[in-house]
Amino acid sequence: MNRLRRTVLKQGGGTTLLALVAAAGWLRPGASLAQAAAPWNKAAFDTHSMAETMQALGGGEPVQSKDIVFFQTPDIAENGAVVPVGITSNIPKTESIAILIEKNPNMLAAVFDLPAGTDPTVTTRVKMGQSSNIFALVKADGKYYVAAKDVKVTLGGCGG
Amino acid sequence: MADPMKIRANVVGDSTEVKVLMSHEMETGQRKDAQGKVIPAWFIQTVTATWNGKTVLSAQWGPAVSKNPFLSFKFKGGAKGDKVQIAWVDNRGDKRTDEVTIA
Repeated sequence: MNRLRRTVLKQGGGTTLLALVAAAGWLRPGASLAQAAAPWNKAAFDTHSMAETMQALGGGEPVQSKDIVFFQTPDIAENGAVVPVGITSNIPKTESIAILIEKNPNMLAAVFDLPAGTDPTVTTRVKMGQSSNIFALVKADGKYYVAAKDVKVTLGGCGG
Repeated sequence: MADPMKIRANVVGDSTEVKVLMSHEMETGQRKDAQGKVIPAWFIQTVTATWNGKTVLSAQWGPAVSKNPFLSFKFKGGAKGDKVQIAWVDNRGDKRTDEVTIA
């Protein structure tokens, strides 16, 4: 019989247990990650629609903007597993750029947080299950802006 | 431990352009293997780039980022010989940090 376990359980409070577990180093404390990295926003990555994603990111309805430019992004992607996406925001005080793919199982693909001094331009590669709109969601000065680009996929990137 | 990243950092005008190629499976959790079992998701969740101890980019990724992810960005400042560090953490808690000297 493990007496310590008894005592711990008797003291009851779930927080006590959690604190012990954390102290024992079973939980990976977020602080040990690279400095200042925001924890992974699970809620936002689980969403299936624009409205849900916006809610999870804590923003309202985004405004359509012509100041967000796609570059290096093909109109027709031959391989949906590797679709290059480049996004530049010409909106002043851009704080973050997110890539959303309308018809993927989960819409949100990536969020980039840009501290002051970093150009509001990112390039990466994403997977697309099928032809769909790619949304570039830009947060600037606390407000959200969005632009869309239609990309046709000739070979799907999921389950292929 | 995952394979090292390939990182390049070059001074372009008054900025530094960083290009990173990571080596990671980026499994979506949507695919099934030959027995029809779902292959569990395995992907990079957070990426952080630091220069002189200052964070110049932090990113959160979902499984929709391609296998062996590529990333490129630019930040103001940076001189030849400075170091840029890139770190990632995946959903299994694996992590990797690589450093490159700005050329």
